[in-house]
Amino acid sequence: MLAILRKELADHFTSVRFFVLFLLVLVASGFSLYAAHQGIRTTLAESEAVTEGGFVFLALFTSSFHDYHIMNLAICIIVPITGIVLGFDAINSERASGTLSRLLAQPVYRDSVINGKFLAGIIAMTLIVGTTLLLVAGYGLRMIGVPPTAEEIIRLFIYGVLTVVYGAFWMGLSILFSVVFRRAAGSIMVPLVIFLIFYIFWVFLGLGQEFVTAIAPITSDTDAATQIQQAGLQQTILRLSPSYLFQEAYIVLLVPIWKGLGAITYSDLSYMLPNPLSLGQSLLAIWPHLVGMVSLSAICFAVSYILFMRQEIRAT
Amino acid sequence: MNEKLAIETRNLTKNYDGTTVVDHLNFNVRENEVFGLLGPNGAGKTTTILMLLGLSEPASGTIQVYGYNPTREPLKVKRIVGYLPEEVGFYENLTARENLRFIADLNSISPTDTARRIDEVLEMVGLTQERDILTGKFSRGMRQRLGIADVLIKEPKLVILDEPTSGLDPSGINQLLELIANLPKIGTTVLLSSHQLYQVQRVCHNVGILSKGKLVIEGSIDKLGREALAGGRYIIEVETAEPSVELVDILRKIKGVSGVEAEGNVLRVSTDSDLRSEIARTVVDSNASLVQMKVHEFSLDEIYMKYFKEEE
Repeated sequence: MLAILRKELADHFTSVRFFVLFLLVLVASGFSLYAAHQGIRTTLAESEAVTEGGFVFLALFTSSFHDYHIMNLAICIIVPITGIVLGFDAINSERASGTLSRLLAQPVYRDSVINGKFLAGIIAMTLIVGTTLLLVAGYGLRMIGVPPTAEEIIRLFIYGVLTVVYGAFWMGLSILFSVVFRRAAGSIMVPLVIFLIFYIFWVFLGLGQEFVTAIAPITSDTDAATQIQQAGLQQTILRLSPSYLFQEAYIVLLVPIWKGLGAITYSDLSYMLPNPLSLGQSLLAIWPHLVGMVSLSAICFAVSYILFMRQEIRAT
Repeated sequence: MNEKLAIETRNLTKNYDGTTVVDHLNFNVRENEVFGLLGPNGAGKTTTILMLLGLSEPASGTIQVYGYNPTREPLKVKRIVGYLPEEVGFYENLTARENLRFIADLNSISPTDTARRIDEVLEMVGLTQERDILTGKFSRGMRQRLGIADVLIKEPKLVILDEPTSGLDPSGINQLLELIANLPKIGTTVLLSSHQLYQVQRVCHNVGILSKGKLVIEGSIDKLGREALAGGRYIIEVETAEPSVELVDILRKIKGVSGVEAEGNVLRVSTDSDLRSEIARTVVDSNASLVQMKVHEFSLDEIYMKYFKEEE
């Protein structure tokens, strides 16, 4: 498997598409830094109003610009696209160019082919995510001159891991379609459409919110229990989208002051201390999200693995 | 040539979507021979090959490749067998050498050996000049030759070539056939699938003809011809300056001659055994002038056509 992993990595790093992805990463990091430059004071003012110090360094990653968290927006778009681009022709390009039967005639287990490809994709993904985060962190450090605390580093690290897992889900999905479809055009379109639906429509354009409000409306004339129940249902439906899950996890991890997961009544709100969640509590809150995303990636990989193992190499 | 078997199949059967592609196939390939697997398109040649490599699973029947069962021990088989698929493809973003290095890597060949073997096999197929060119720029013939190099780099005991000559120009075909003919000398058995009969005839010791998944005939080309076309007899062609009816009668009387046909200046004498000397003596004794005489060599085309005419 090492030989395949090595070759796939070399392929990724020398390919034009990787170069383009890196350009995208540069642009995204630059834009995030610009957003931080413009908006970090406002962001901090919001959080520092209630706590001493606040999370200055994290604010680099969460500064908004025209009401958007630029860093998160960039990651939410770039990471799925990176995943899809890294995986969409993993198997069917080998099949189309006639290298698959030659490869499988070598003394390697068939699963090492798909394992090697998946692993190489994850390594490439880690590099891209790591570069983005480190670029912003490094230049941000120069810009604000406030070093990160240990907790901030841990939060950022977990966020990085989460992002890689999220990207791995999209890569698994596109590898799955590269096993199913013979042609690369199909295997890139389907995951892209899924991404459009789950992120652009569902989360970014707020269609998901519209949808759940229609399905489970919260009206003021019902009692509090019903309202909370409806809110719970709304959230469950919204979380069907992996992009929504990722977004929630991002906010909990990088904006510790935010505790908006689940419905809160006005009476509860008045008792709530306006201080950030501790690291442990934040992790507790997003643990289901992390598990959900890991299992989604695992399912995608497992299905493509099984399909690939069962697919027969045929004469025609 | 010894009698150890490189490939042995017993009642090998394979179905695709309800149709039987390979039907109770039995054939043997001896070690260090070139065996030609022939048949029209769709006869089951490639399917058989895929099963030999363990890439495809037989519905029933058994295969032994150097004593290994490809379905159960695919890695052991793949370690000693080199396979050149019909539509061979390379990683187009890699050079010839890098492609070969990857395959060597997959076969766990040590780096020092790899460099030496790459040079050797590229030399064998005549691609030394092009070794640092991206394979995306290779012509069909160059790709085919690189495919052979790719198969030989693991120094296999058996190579399986699926239509190796398709798409090559005549000189390329000649080089390739020469290469194939020399493989048994370095201890490599060859299984060649093709429908280019003339080429198979030149290099194969034994052939098997497949039709609709069944082996219709197997053996050496001489033997096949005699059995298939002449009912097990020899056909001796005698060319004389001016053939006469008397000569035909005289020839018919020789013991062992079962028939004589006149065809212009050539008399086709069918015999039970090689009676050339007796026929020559008879012809000379009868005062006819003998121009030439030879045992008719059956071409694979004739054998092949006969079988597929019967099919229809």
